[in-house]
Amino acid sequence: MSGHSNYEPKTGIERWLDARLPIIRLAYDSIVDYPTPKNLNYWWTFGGILAFMLVVQIVTGVILAMHYVASADHAFNSVEHIMRDVNGGWMIRFVHANGASMFFLAVYVHIARGLYYGSYKAPREVLWILGCIIYLLMMATAFMGYVLPWGQMSYAGAVVITSLFSAFDGVIPGLGTAITTWLWGGFAVDAPTLNRFFSLHYLLPFMIAGVVGLHIWALHVPGNGNPTGVAVKSKADTVPFHPYYTVKDGFAIVVFLILFAWFVFFAPDALGHADNYTPANPLQTPAHIVPEWYFLPFYAMLRAVPDKLLGVLTMFGSIGLLFAVPWLDTSKVLSMRYRPTARWFFLIFIATVFLLGWCGGKEPDDVIIAVGRTANGDPTGFTVTWASRILAIYYYAYFLVVLPLLGLKETPLPVPDSISSPVLSGGGAPAMPAGSAASPEKKG
Amino acid sequence: MAVKSLTAGAFVAALLAMAAPAVAATHAAEPKDVEFSFEGPLGKFDRAALQRGFKVYQEVCSACHSMNLVYYRNLAQKGGPFYDPKQPNPNNSPYAKAIAAEAMVPDIDPDTGDAVMRAATPADHLRAPFANEAAARAANGGALPPDLSVIAKAREGGPAYIYSLLTGYAPPPKGLTVAPGQYYNPYIPGDLGAAWSGPKDKVPVGGVLAMPFQLPPDRVSFDDGTKSTSAQEAHDVVTFLAWASEPHQEERKQAGIGVMAYLLIFAGIMYVSYRRIWRNVAH
Amino acid sequence: MQRARQVVEIYNANPTADAGHHADEPTRRDFIHIAAATAAAGGVVATVWPLVDQMNPSGDTLALASTEFDIAKVALGQQAVVKWRGKPVFVRHRTPAEIAAARKDDGAPMRNPAKDEDRVKKGKDEWLILVGVCTHLGCVPNFGSGEYGGWLCPCHGSVYDTSGRIRQGPAPRNLDLPEYAFLTDTRIKIG
Repeated sequence: MSGHSNYEPKTGIERWLDARLPIIRLAYDSIVDYPTPKNLNYWWTFGGILAFMLVVQIVTGVILAMHYVASADHAFNSVEHIMRDVNGGWMIRFVHANGASMFFLAVYVHIARGLYYGSYKAPREVLWILGCIIYLLMMATAFMGYVLPWGQMSYAGAVVITSLFSAFDGVIPGLGTAITTWLWGGFAVDAPTLNRFFSLHYLLPFMIAGVVGLHIWALHVPGNGNPTGVAVKSKADTVPFHPYYTVKDGFAIVVFLILFAWFVFFAPDALGHADNYTPANPLQTPAHIVPEWYFLPFYAMLRAVPDKLLGVLTMFGSIGLLFAVPWLDTSKVLSMRYRPTARWFFLIFIATVFLLGWCGGKEPDDVIIAVGRTANGDPTGFTVTWASRILAIYYYAYFLVVLPLLGLKETPLPVPDSISSPVLSGGGAPAMPAGSAASPEKKG
Repeated sequence: MAVKSLTAGAFVAALLAMAAPAVAATHAAEPKDVEFSFEGPLGKFDRAALQRGFKVYQEVCSACHSMNLVYYRNLAQKGGPFYDPKQPNPNNSPYAKAIAAEAMVPDIDPDTGDAVMRAATPADHLRAPFANEAAARAANGGALPPDLSVIAKAREGGPAYIYSLLTGYAPPPKGLTVAPGQYYNPYIPGDLGAAWSGPKDKVPVGGVLAMPFQLPPDRVSFDDGTKSTSAQEAHDVVTFLAWASEPHQEERKQAGIGVMAYLLIFAGIMYVSYRRIWRNVAH
Repeated sequence: MQRARQVVEIYNANPTADAGHHADEPTRRDFIHIAAATAAAGGVVATVWPLVDQMNPSGDTLALASTEFDIAKVALGQQAVVKWRGKPVFVRHRTPAEIAAARKDDGAPMRNPAKDEDRVKKGKDEWLILVGVCTHLGCVPNFGSGEYGGWLCPCHGSVYDTSGRIRQGPAPRNLDLPEYAFLTDTRIKIG
């Protein structure tokens, strides 16, 4: 960590430990004394919510692993054993399954906050990239976790996603097949695949925890961003993390828990799929294969492209784009609070992601706006696939066209001098226009 | 603030877009509007209905459908059809023992090693009608009667769907070819375009399945004197199947009430604490 | 990087100035904060119990917590071994000679004194039901060796008599008696 530490060990034991492993000092500096901008709004509570959810998932996951059997013959039944016979097993299972959805809900809000407020801009680029890595690890973990109950949708999901790699046969003949055979441990998704997915599903969350540690470290070096996008100028701009933000984050976590508890106790299967309560049968494919809701936008983009390899690249590219955002956005002003035009494009981007998700849950040939009928009486017209294509184009364009161009072309609103000044002067406009010496830490 | 209303507006627009109709390849009639006592956040199982439903399962369904994840002891556990507060341990429950003892289940003789049949105990799962999948298919014209342990959760539409299916059999519309051993039902998802010889835009909804109508009136006589109409039999067996799919449902909802109450109060306390701490800070 | 450092140094420019603390602010020990901390602690405790209880035996394990056994198959002088809660249980149909030998030694000096009649059910003296696990270090003793006519543990030489009492060797206790009951004259329930 950088900066002077105010921690003073009080007792003998504290002094002894501090001289050997200053872990209490580290905790004090990071979550007690840590100066935090005083104007953070509730969008900033989702980092704490995510840390809480990671602990929840790891604790419930380790417990489930005490009872789960990762063999293709017993996996489905072992999950039912947890639901029926293990003391409180039903609750632990539903917390873990719905916890994954809540984890993704929180991460999407957290990412949206980052995009809106320019949290990825210098000097926080590495912080942002670490976040993208966490997101990728989360997706891998969730994908493998969903396979473990070995239901029909578990199996179908495993087949669809692992089979994507066979697209690489188009790059080097035989490469794709070699990769999928290696992933499967056989000629199709089967018991060996399940076993290795269980092992990796247990491993990855601890890697996530490690990257989260780096993520928080990378945050604490420059300090938190804030809704104005203006850096901290003095102590008057900050409050100590404890008790100001420990309590605020605690409140936010409790509210988040209310939503979480609603799902766990009153609608535990609402976010899942009925087909996953039928044991996996390789000889019978479900009528509508859909991933969990948090993957739907990417599923829509994958299906939108007619070519298999290009579809795979489009899907992975849409996540890869995120890594480049700090360099794609040319704006000198961080926060879209002061970028009214960018705000519109951002909202359209959010709507695009929602609509892509909706498309991902539909069949590709479903018709949204019917213009006629075929001989069979089936409607023809504007299909889900075409909608997905248009939406995917906007998704890419937002990052590759809008963010670079808008930063250069847009005239932002005046940015306040400092965090405190809009508060003290009643929220008025400061004297100096944006981009001048008001924010010396930004590149000129 | 402008941003907030814009966000809200975008969200509403997205929701409205989701309401747009889309036609699916498989059609089925919407499940009937039927009510069950266990539905909703405060739902509870009607114990009498559970007992009648179990009888329907035993006398009608268990001839073809297994329930390998339900054990005789589950019938006597808290929340189950034959729970007795004086016998909290379901393994000792005389009801569980008596019901189990009526069933013969396969086992290995410990002295000779031969396969034998013995009376079931509460520790056994419900007697399966067939030894394995192949035997089940052979006895049902190649079709496999699904295991019913989690059926209420394994079908889109849940209990209402199963009730509709069981009571919704109808003669196939003129122009629909139904193979022998198959039965038309408007509630099961299916694609009847290939078997339909009528106008192409009037393909009937629903599909075919290998199970015929099973619940005529008085197929099962109920010990508590309830009139066994088709609807009653279906209602009760669906109640039983819903319980079997998740025996801890009632407990889950009761725990949920307590947890929500606690969280709401806790949130209120945290909010006041938060406001108190931030009171003197301009932010 | 220079600029990032500048940003960081501003945080620590006035280490003694503490944003947000005013002299007139009530003490941190406000009731509402105690209430919040208490509610949090209560929630944690209520959450921890199911996470611990899940390791207790589950429903299917408890279902096998007791076993019924048909003793009609065990002939006089024979012993059956029944698996109960993962351990062997000896069901021995004793001969009158074995019973007499056990009764004769009721008063004899032994490490863990016990009367034979206390180790069987009333009126069922010929049925001796013991957990067949040596109380020394857990091996399964064998019947028919050892000078007291009972069991001998092959691992470290503990010798038990015809009532299962420890007579020689390192075991500290007599062979344990499981909880059992006669459901009928020919059927027992162990556990």
